[in-house]
Amino acid sequence: MTVERSDGALVIEDVSLALRVGEVMGIVGESGSGKSTLALALLGYARRGLRIAHGSVRVAETDMLQLDKAELRAARREVVAYVAQDPGAALNPMLSLETLLTEVLAGNRTEKNARAREILRKVGLPDDNSFLQRKPRQLSGGQQQRIAIAMAVIAKPRLIILDEPTTGLDVSTRARVLDLIRQLCISDSLTAIYVSHDLAVIANVADHVTVMYGGQVVEQGCMQDVLSAPRHPYTRALFDAVPSIQARQALRPIHGRVPGVGEGPSGCIFSDRCEYVVEECSVRPALNLAGNTLVRCVRPEPVQTFGARSVAVGHPACRPTETRPILEARSIDAFYGNRQILFDVGLKVEPGRCLAVVGESGSGKSTLSRCLIGLHGNVTGQLTLDGRPLPLTVGLRDQNARLRLQYIFQNSNASLNPRRTVGASLAAALDIGRGTTPKRSGTVVAKALERVGISPDLATRYPAELSGGQRQRVAIARALVAEPSVLLCDEVTSSLDVSVQASVIELLRSLLDDGLGMLFVTHDLAVVRNIADSVVVLSAGRIVECGDIDTVLSSPRHPYTQSLLTNMLQLPSADAGQEASVATML
Amino acid sequence: MSVDSPNDSAVIGVLAWAWPLLGRLMQGVLTLLAVSLLIFLAARALPGDVANMILGQSATQDQLAALRTQLGLDQPLWWQYLTWLGGILHGDWGVSLANGQPVAEILTLGVRNSATLSGVALAVMLPLSLLVGVIAAQFRDGFVDRLFLGMSMVANAVPDFVTGTVLVALFATTVLHVLPAVSFIPPGDSPFSYPDALVLPAITVIIPGVMYLARLVRVAVIDVMATEYIQTAILKGMSPSRILFRHALPNAVAPIIPAASLVAAFTVGGVVVVEYLFAYPGIGSALVDAVTNRDLPVIQANVLVIASAYFILNLIADALAQRDDASTQQGRSQA
Ligand SMILES: Nc1ncnc2c1ncn2[C@@H]1O[C@H](COP(=O)(O)OP(=O)(O)OP(=O)(O)O)[C@@H](O)[C@H]1O
Ligand code: SF4
Ligand SMILES: [Mg+2]
Repeated sequence: MTVERSDGALVIEDVSLALRVGEVMGIVGESGSGKSTLALALLGYARRGLRIAHGSVRVAETDMLQLDKAELRAARREVVAYVAQDPGAALNPMLSLETLLTEVLAGNRTEKNARAREILRKVGLPDDNSFLQRKPRQLSGGQQQRIAIAMAVIAKPRLIILDEPTTGLDVSTRARVLDLIRQLCISDSLTAIYVSHDLAVIANVADHVTVMYGGQVVEQGCMQDVLSAPRHPYTRALFDAVPSIQARQALRPIHGRVPGVGEGPSGCIFSDRCEYVVEECSVRPALNLAGNTLVRCVRPEPVQTFGARSVAVGHPACRPTETRPILEARSIDAFYGNRQILFDVGLKVEPGRCLAVVGESGSGKSTLSRCLIGLHGNVTGQLTLDGRPLPLTVGLRDQNARLRLQYIFQNSNASLNPRRTVGASLAAALDIGRGTTPKRSGTVVAKALERVGISPDLATRYPAELSGGQRQRVAIARALVAEPSVLLCDEVTSSLDVSVQASVIELLRSLLDDGLGMLFVTHDLAVVRNIADSVVVLSAGRIVECGDIDTVLSSPRHPYTQSLLTNMLQLPSADAGQEASVATML
Repeated sequence: MSVDSPNDSAVIGVLAWAWPLLGRLMQGVLTLLAVSLLIFLAARALPGDVANMILGQSATQDQLAALRTQLGLDQPLWWQYLTWLGGILHGDWGVSLANGQPVAEILTLGVRNSATLSGVALAVMLPLSLLVGVIAAQFRDGFVDRLFLGMSMVANAVPDFVTGTVLVALFATTVLHVLPAVSFIPPGDSPFSYPDALVLPAITVIIPGVMYLARLVRVAVIDVMATEYIQTAILKGMSPSRILFRHALPNAVAPIIPAASLVAAFTVGGVVVVEYLFAYPGIGSALVDAVTNRDLPVIQANVLVIASAYFILNLIADALAQRDDASTQQGRSQA
């Protein structure tokens, strides 16, 4: 199977997959590695500007690429179904759930309606008429995702292709959706292809895994084999980038970025980022069997050869003199209209330490950070910065207070001005603080960029010309030019790939070492484990548990924290295998 | 936000939608009042004296003064304004100074003819825009699409009267002599009895309207066709016609409806010019005649009616846009 751009550049190259009934194949790779393109090609579909050059897709006797238009439509209804990356965008806002669900079915209205109810029950949604008449916008994200899955399986297809169906859902919703998929595979003998950049998710649902990079399959095999002995350096690098909930470790980001279409190096596609590159790599290796898995690498030795990966890192020692909090909040109550969102919330941010705020979506995490930064109007309580009282709204704060408290948004796309170069954005942030000379601002900007690991040469670029991770770093650099003492980070890693997330976490950790205080809002406990020193757990607007990170995560007392922990997905045996191998080496 | 019962949410939804409109309505009434005052003053400010106009150059000062008293023109301005406004509120629009005919009668005729012309124009314009826009979007970047874009640029840059004149030249004079250049409709007859008199004026209004609206439709359809939910529909194996009519158009049309009602408002304005060009007996021509004659009550009445029509169509556009917003917000808050 090969998909190319209209000018002939290959987007995915010579990919092959095979699956038996009832199995789940996971496809992993960083953003832009061609996963979605492959998923769509399996339905005989190519996005505008792309086309399927050659190949075949055989699903239960049907060759998807040999069908005429009408047959292809029928096959997409009855043989292969697709669940798109973002259910919010993939469900037509003008159509009722009933129409969305039943339009693929044949038969009369009562039959269709009965089938729709049946499928709604199956995916764990209400099956009454008023629910069927709802529009997608009136559902929560998790409900939308279940509708998208219901829509795909209602016509009993043989194969279902899921493109990142759980990215962007909070942990417990994600756990429920994954359960549903597993259940469907068993009960309806459905075969599934599951696309994700999150190895932990793949490891939990898939029987087989295909690792993609730059449009090529770099490793393919049984999940167990790949998990216990990842052979391709890219697979290993992906594993290394996944934060673990068990221990605080040094994460190893993959340096560099995924090549664009037609931009990859001429030899091994990974050679410009590979740590183990040798001379033979300048010739593109073929996909060869190594152990039980197919690997596209000239050195497919098992991971042990390269030594241990996990390097535990400790918490910064907190010297008694420094434990005076920089930012403190007491009895914060916040409202939207008449509804109270936060109830008597209090917390302390100390210099050089990171306080994590965790909780599911809707628990009030973002409202809390908005209160601290002074953007939420309807709030009561006390804030202090450096022991001095801090007004509750940003308008009443003085220049100094505003500069010392900086905020990094979830979506770096939206927080950087697309029409300004990176340098100009940073210089503007600097100007707000103090009237500086252009020369000095130039050096400050360069220093801030270097601090976040971005070459100052990139200062002349526009945000659109940067990768997601680079943009997030620039957003951090912009906060840094104001020389803050507290950094509020709201879900800064949740839209990022694991490898990029790893690099951002490492950066934030190094900022902590510089003595910055940090408040880190997230729903991802593994990230919390790897960055935070203490944690508060927020549920329905109340703090239900707080304390030292190790205590809370190893022996959670509140049921809510326990449920958050059990819903966490981890790479199951990778670490176990790793430890075992370390043991054998010793 | 949690909503207790669907009924409550419906009530809240309607309120959220209707409340700002009530404000708009009040605002509109005030605007119309201001407009009426402006028209009144502007009509008075026209050079030339009505009495002079009626009696001719040979009239004596006494005759002129007597006529002014009779017409109430010697009263203070504010009094004249209030009398006029009070009359209108009682349904009394006064009589024409030029021929003594009740203004209401002139208005009824004009409004009927103009409404027919605008109605016909809109009835053709709206579906046609949809059709042209969808076709252009389907053949995006192809020859048909480019041709349409080029034509619409030209059509929208050219004023109505030029379009009209060109049409007259093409169809009513030298090239093809198939349609009347002047739309003569005897007073009291329905324009529908003279369909060929309607064609050219209507087309003159329709062309720029279609060219503008169809461009909006085209962009909206292209945007919608690029969304993920259309991709999902394709991947669900829906037929192209179902995708277009059931999945794409409802989404594409929603943002265009307010624009369409605005175009309707502009059409009413355009009709005034076009009527004059074709001597079509509607409100527009009545207005032009009245200005020539310094026929104050008729001028005032006509402008007031045009302004009201404009205002009402704008209000509809607002209401539609607002309803869209309200339903979006309601959707969000329930999600
Ligand atoms: N319509 C298109 N025209 C040209 N290039 C495209 C098109 N769609 C995708 N690409 C390119 O093809 C490559 C693979 O894209 P694809 O969407 O398959 O990646 P992905 O692995 O699904 O990424 P993500 O995790 O972000 O969803 C990328 O480099 C992308 O820029
Ligand atoms: S072939 Fe060479 S460059 Fe490519 S992944 Fe293997 S070791 Fe690295
Ligand atoms: Mg994708």
